[in-house]
Amino acid sequence: MTGLGATTPLGGDVPSTWAALLAGVSSVHTLDNTWAEDYGLTCDFAATLKTAAAAVLTRQEVRRADPSAQYALVAAREAWADAGLGPRPGGVVDPERLAVVMGSGIGGIQTMLDAWDTVRERGARRLMPLTVPMLMPNSASAQVGIDLGARAGAHATVSACASGAEALVLGARLIRAGFADVVVAGGAEAAIHPLTLGSFGKMQALSTRREAPETASRPYCVTRDGFVMGEGAGALVLESAEHAQARGARIWAWLVGAGSASDAYDVAPPDPSGQGQLRAMRQALAEAGPAAARVAHVNAHATATPAGDGIEARAIVDALAEALGSREAALQVPVSATKSMTGHLLGAAGAVESIFAVLALRDRLAPPTTNIVELDPAIECSVVRDSPRPLPAGPIAALNNAFGFGGHNMALVFDSA
Amino acid sequence: MAHEANDVFDGLKEIIVDETGLADDAVTGEKSFSDDLLIDSLSMMTIVTLAEDKFGVEIPDDAVKDLATVQDAVDFIVGASA
Repeated sequence: MTGLGATTPLGGDVPSTWAALLAGVSSVHTLDNTWAEDYGLTCDFAATLKTAAAAVLTRQEVRRADPSAQYALVAAREAWADAGLGPRPGGVVDPERLAVVMGSGIGGIQTMLDAWDTVRERGARRLMPLTVPMLMPNSASAQVGIDLGARAGAHATVSACASGAEALVLGARLIRAGFADVVVAGGAEAAIHPLTLGSFGKMQALSTRREAPETASRPYCVTRDGFVMGEGAGALVLESAEHAQARGARIWAWLVGAGSASDAYDVAPPDPSGQGQLRAMRQALAEAGPAAARVAHVNAHATATPAGDGIEARAIVDALAEALGSREAALQVPVSATKSMTGHLLGAAGAVESIFAVLALRDRLAPPTTNIVELDPAIECSVVRDSPRPLPAGPIAALNNAFGFGGHNMALVFDSA
Repeated sequence: MAHEANDVFDGLKEIIVDETGLADDAVTGEKSFSDDLLIDSLSMMTIVTLAEDKFGVEIPDDAVKDLATVQDAVDFIVGASA
């Protein structure tokens, strides 16, 4: 991995996001609108972008892209520049060896709903011609592919809240199978809207802690009551070892294991046995080879739903017990739930949290999990609370999980550079 | 409501600049949408849709192909609003 880029509720780029994360900043706030009153929402708070995409992109780019694709462009350009790949499009990469995988959980929902309002209220003649290319779920992937000049394929992974992590799984496999030398992979989401807040609320998946929104996202806490919606994008430059070494690239970390498994259980809640999640972790750890035995940090999916956090925590301990050789060793590995500060970026979460895992390896610091009033005794993992925890020197690895409605389970293992 | 040609030109120029990112002074009456301003058919439809909205006129699809230059569009809108 040679490049990182993000725009999140904590910051408009990777350095500002990471600094806020280590400082334990909450990005969750009451929304500056009347949606809750107008529509009877149980949740009137979310984690919105710190830096508006319109402040970074040109007016024409903003007009021609759904917000999700705008965020993807911001993140992908930062990752591209961070990797030192040269001027866009193309740079030093053979365009036919350059691919993009950009996932989204929900896609261009704001464009779609605005366009439906237009049709209903003013008739089809008033629709804008770019409506379909803006609302389609591959829109972010297409926009980034054009921007970077990627001709080896522009793919869109769609697996709800696992989309951004699935992009990395697919990206790693494209490189390993020889279809590309460089893949810009990540996820983007811009879905904070009364419809999604209302629907997630109806599933009782969202926190309703309206009196204290900044501490509402409480993974692993006994008082957790659901996730908090966020938005943003993350992108990572994956590069074959040969390509990166040939150009003398700075390497942030190695993506050594990518696992994917499906529950075949339910369209919403995860399989309570956690077997699907465990299979994804096992697969990633098996592919990681010797790095599996040095996993020293986990960035967990942990969205703060009452059921989900516990299922994952048990699966993490089981997976690490196998990889590290003992349950005792597994129970020592520091686990961070960074959604406590960013909120849940849905289809962008897996990409943004992979960036956090990579930075944790770089800086040897596991970020904190904030807002735990009382740790749920059912969580056996060694949860990093309140302030960052130092990680050991020498070669270490990190595990990142991302799971999505529909039973999509992704696990990624990163090895220190 | 009748529109003055000058007002229509200014309003249309604003839409074109907004859509394309062209410099303000690049948009003049004699410029061809496709050859000079390099506006493709979807961008042209976007401009037409926004112009219909702004000036309260209808520009039928089969009239759009006859709007070669910016001045052609100004004339059409002034005529349609007369």
